[in-house]
Amino acid sequence: MPDSRSDQAVFALEFQAVSKCFIAGRRTVDALRNVSLALPKGTVAGLVGPDGAGKTTLMRLAAGLLLPDSGRVAVFGRDSSNQAAQLRGLIGYMPQRFGLYEDLSVAENLNLYADLHGIGREERTQRFQELTRMTNLTPFSKRLAGRLSGGMKQKLGLACTLLSQPQLLLLDEPSVGVDPVSRRELWSIIDQQVKTSGTTVLLSTAYLDEAERCMEVMLLDEGELLDHSSPDAFRKKVQGRCYRVTHPDLSNRDLQNRLSGQPGITDAVIQGEAVRIVCDSEDSVNAALLKTDNGRTRIEPIAPRLEDAFIELLNKRRAPVRQANRITEASVPVADEEIIRVDGVDRWFGDFQAVKRLSFTVRRGEVFGLLGANGAGKTTTFRMLCGLLPASSGRLQVAGVDLRKAAARARARIGYMSQKFSLYSNLSVSQNLAFFSSVYGLSNARRDDRIQWALQQFELEAHKDANSGDLSLGYKQRLAIACALMHEPEILFLDEPTSGVDPLARREFWNRTNRLAATGVTVLVTTHFMEEAEYCDRLVIMAEGDILTSGTPSEIKRQARTEALPDPTMEDAFIQLIQAKRP
Amino acid sequence: MWAMIHALLIKEFLALVRDRKSRFILIGPPVIQLFIFSYAATFDLNHIPIAIYNEDRSIASRDFIERFTAAPAFTEVLRITHQEQIAPALDEKKVLAVLHLGPHFSRDLYAGQKPAVAQILIDGRDSNTAMIALNYMQSIVAAFNLDWAQRHNLPLPPAQLEIRAWFNPNLESQWFIVSGIVGLLTLVVTIVVTALSIAREREQGTFDQLMVTPLTPFQILVGKALPAAIIGILEASFIIFMAVFWFRIPMIGSLAALYLGVVLFVLSVIGIGLMISSLSVTQQQGLLGTFLFIVPAVILSGFATPIANMPSFVQDLTLLNPLRYFLVIVRGVFLEGLSASALISQYWPLAVISIVTLICASWLFRRRMY
Amino acid sequence: MSDSRVKKRMRLKGLIAKEFLQIWRDPSSLAIAFVLPVFLLLLFGYGVSLDARQVPVGWVVDKTTPETTGFTAAFQHSEYFQSFHFADMAAAEHALLAREITAIIRLREDFSSQLFKQNSPAIQVIVDGVDANTARLISGYVQGTWNEWLSHLAAMRGTTLSRPVIAQQRIWYNSAVLSKDFLVPGLIAIIMTLTGALLTAMVVAREWERGTLEAMIATPVTMGEVLLGKLIPYYLLGMGGLLLSIAMAVFLFDVPLRGSFWVLLLTGTLFLLVALGMGLLISIIAKNQFVAGQAAIIATYLPAFLLSGFIFNINSMPPVIQAFTYLVGARYFVAILQTVFLAGDIWPVILPNALALALMAAVFFGLAAKKAPKRLE
Repeated sequence: MPDSRSDQAVFALEFQAVSKCFIAGRRTVDALRNVSLALPKGTVAGLVGPDGAGKTTLMRLAAGLLLPDSGRVAVFGRDSSNQAAQLRGLIGYMPQRFGLYEDLSVAENLNLYADLHGIGREERTQRFQELTRMTNLTPFSKRLAGRLSGGMKQKLGLACTLLSQPQLLLLDEPSVGVDPVSRRELWSIIDQQVKTSGTTVLLSTAYLDEAERCMEVMLLDEGELLDHSSPDAFRKKVQGRCYRVTHPDLSNRDLQNRLSGQPGITDAVIQGEAVRIVCDSEDSVNAALLKTDNGRTRIEPIAPRLEDAFIELLNKRRAPVRQANRITEASVPVADEEIIRVDGVDRWFGDFQAVKRLSFTVRRGEVFGLLGANGAGKTTTFRMLCGLLPASSGRLQVAGVDLRKAAARARARIGYMSQKFSLYSNLSVSQNLAFFSSVYGLSNARRDDRIQWALQQFELEAHKDANSGDLSLGYKQRLAIACALMHEPEILFLDEPTSGVDPLARREFWNRTNRLAATGVTVLVTTHFMEEAEYCDRLVIMAEGDILTSGTPSEIKRQARTEALPDPTMEDAFIQLIQAKRP
Repeated sequence: MWAMIHALLIKEFLALVRDRKSRFILIGPPVIQLFIFSYAATFDLNHIPIAIYNEDRSIASRDFIERFTAAPAFTEVLRITHQEQIAPALDEKKVLAVLHLGPHFSRDLYAGQKPAVAQILIDGRDSNTAMIALNYMQSIVAAFNLDWAQRHNLPLPPAQLEIRAWFNPNLESQWFIVSGIVGLLTLVVTIVVTALSIAREREQGTFDQLMVTPLTPFQILVGKALPAAIIGILEASFIIFMAVFWFRIPMIGSLAALYLGVVLFVLSVIGIGLMISSLSVTQQQGLLGTFLFIVPAVILSGFATPIANMPSFVQDLTLLNPLRYFLVIVRGVFLEGLSASALISQYWPLAVISIVTLICASWLFRRRMY
Repeated sequence: MSDSRVKKRMRLKGLIAKEFLQIWRDPSSLAIAFVLPVFLLLLFGYGVSLDARQVPVGWVVDKTTPETTGFTAAFQHSEYFQSFHFADMAAAEHALLAREITAIIRLREDFSSQLFKQNSPAIQVIVDGVDANTARLISGYVQGTWNEWLSHLAAMRGTTLSRPVIAQQRIWYNSAVLSKDFLVPGLIAIIMTLTGALLTAMVVAREWERGTLEAMIATPVTMGEVLLGKLIPYYLLGMGGLLLSIAMAVFLFDVPLRGSFWVLLLTGTLFLLVALGMGLLISIIAKNQFVAGQAAIIATYLPAFLLSGFIFNINSMPPVIQAFTYLVGARYFVAILQTVFLAGDIWPVILPNALALALMAAVFFGLAAKKAPKRLE
């Protein structure tokens, strides 16, 4: 319902010197410090920043769910503190986890939100048709929201938010736990919405490739707005300092390991068949490369990405990453010994088959990935391997035993981190660590050692007295991994360890995982970030309980190579496989 | 192994105590409720409002009425002058009873030909109070008769019953009730600590995390049961302390016999609480299960209404109720001075309930994983 | 603006429909509303009784005479007692200690000769005083039976007993003094307290935990509408439970319903609002299901059971404690229920209690509305 005043306002969203703090325990946390920004109407803006930067607080302030401590938030020229009621009709807000009623069906969720927005009958049927067609949800209208995959939940959440044809669309982490195919679909919906209705969109995201599609990008760190400009402007900052590095003998993982943390190199990640680096200047690259190798390394310039600028900007504000226990020697080679064996495993839930005749093996010291969208059966497989769930049929062996039947002692050899980062939320960080190290039977002295190690290694020292429930997602993830590592397990199960975690924390995570693998720890990891598959030695891609393909990352990408796409990414390969499966 | 259980213990305590609201719930209400309930739950009559309708107006009738109004059990709140006032006074619950002396009361009394009639009209809506009040009034009348006969040299009424009450000579119902409240509050506190604890860990995913550690179901069980046992026993001790030193309930039996009962009772409640908790997938179900247990447990325990009065199939049901045995133990030790050996018939059912429910609970830990 | 009213109604309708769907999907709410009352009423209706029946009494008769036989026979006909005979006091006392019997009646050797003499206790009664209430009731029964038997005996011998005053008792409303008739209506209040609080105690806390409340607040819906949207469905469920309970009381337990059904329904509505309001308030304040659940267990059952006058007479409590009972909604409803069932529509009882309920409901909803989050802080 267009309104004369909202038409007149130039900016869809305006923050003027907004500050906001929270009291967590005995500490006061500045969630936002003196943030000013303005979004012209019709902009699609992305809000990026590490975990705990204040993104969600900013989104909630924009939605009028929080009021600023100082400063002013205005939406279409109206102050959110005293005209909240009128603004709610103009704003569409999708919270994290999408705000859906999981025990209602798709159609019932839509109907509820249509009622809440007071949409009349005729308009409603028309909007429903439009939205369900746009989101491909039409065939699922009777399915319960809780039974939808992450991608479908996200689209349903978006459909519910779009029902009222909001003029300002606020999406808080819309892509967490969503597979690439669904993410692409989300963007086509947003694009269409902007084109047809001139909607202004603000979305917070941990995926920088997503932010790259926005017209404007805002970078938030520790409650401060570091930068607000177009993705191009961001990319220009690192123009000419990005390179693609390959080495004929070294594995990408080893190469990356050697490069990262070298003076002059701000970032080194595995990308495709090479390692991508960002450095201070051209000279520093050569210097760094000389150190790693005697000239056999190939290096070529490459176009910058938003992520490069992001990492550089943030790294500048941080103390240099400690590389004290970085390993420079080549990693322990993967042994031939099979440590995990899955043989023809089925798992039924009622008449729904979550896992279909699954078979694979993992060798000691491997980083083994399970890739796939939500609902592909990855978590079920993990839970069966860890002995949390019996298999309906088939055989599972971890280190030679079935953990569901094995003696408790056998479980001391594995570490498990669940998707939800299961921590005792009202225990402090150090209490969580102490608890988990004790239940794994660590003696006093060793326990203290390990707790110190964890606090230092995962940079949790500053938060050690905070309740784990009050931590931001990235810190929760660190703490959860730390807890799973206290007893130095031989086999580590990590279920979606990087879901919703920012790029910086993801890098740290993979660095750590690589180092673990290098010492001979077997790591099983599930992820729906396709580029992370590159870090795995071998992986399987799952969909609807089936294995679509398996092999090393290069083997899998090679399958997707076509003339049009000579150097496909893992994401391209995945989408191709999925589309080949779906008629 | 004990280090692991120790860790579980600390974790469980911290989880309960670090949350301000949860901490308050464990300490505040039980203390407040101990006091309120102990004073509130009484079958003794105090200051029951009554009305007097005296059509006689002689000294004798006034003397008779005095005996009622001076009794601590009754308070005269209304003096009735017309017949029509009786019904509304009772209807509207202004008074529980009306004492009516007709115009010929003193004439009949002095003449001695036939007994003078004192009419008592009583509100039977609360039948229990009515019965107690009537008994009390009858004994006032009997006392009056005795005095009257003595003063007027009439043949005295025949031998009175000599009634003695054992264990509680003055029949103070507070002795009975407070000893019961020891059981009631211990039950509620212990169940509150256990019944939602596993369901909560399930919802938060931490229970999975526990299951992949080398902890055995037995250790998890001990880790869950021990904190609850400590809290339950501590609260029970506090209530027992208050019962003895504040409410002055005589404690003539052995403390050891009582504590054996406390420990067994707390364990059996923990077993039931953990069983409810591990059966329920959500906390809402846990709450429902809790109510389905504690409501019948209190009613069918003999706390307020005697088990002997129940129909036999319900009496059989009460055999499953740990509170039933515990109340016998508490009252037996407090008031009757029973020793542990005399209470063995109460200990063993509690022990059986504890063992069965605890085993069931630990078995359910694994079964209800999905 | 009629447009906004249409939208308001639509929002409310949507919220109610949503709640009903959720109730339907998770049958535990339906179980609370319907199964719980039936289960509890059946259990208590049959299980709870203050009427001592078949009290086991031990007899010790030192010397058998026609009089002692006559007296024991008087007890044998009573439905209150069950007789057991013991050879001597030691055996009887042992049985009392073992809780096999609740009272001992001893007829001394000189029972027959001392019968009509004064100050000569020919009969000794010992009761187990642990349960003071039962002990008192038993003493009353024994005393009554004794008096009756004496006058009967006197009449047979052609003499009269000297009894200057006799008390003639008439029990109104419940002449048979069936404790069931007063307990069952009271139970309805206890059960409605539980179902009301159980139904709503978790609902807002659950939406907090699942993040749906956040999405809801961001829509044009007002908090008042959210609360109403919760209240109406659970109110209807609760009324269903109430009707079921009333029907069971009347048809299954044969409690007379002397007042009018409509009064019950109306005051039941008020009481249900109090119970639901309290649940909502707990849910809003607690913000997480664990604490809400704990609070609901502690704040509802025992207070309603002990402080409502359901079983313990409020007038007998010390004044300070009586003051506390005014905070227990069940107190007012118990008074109404007992009156409407057993006495009839007595407005001077119904109106003030109904007013108190209305006031409490208003306070709970006022607080709930005030504490309800309009934003996320």
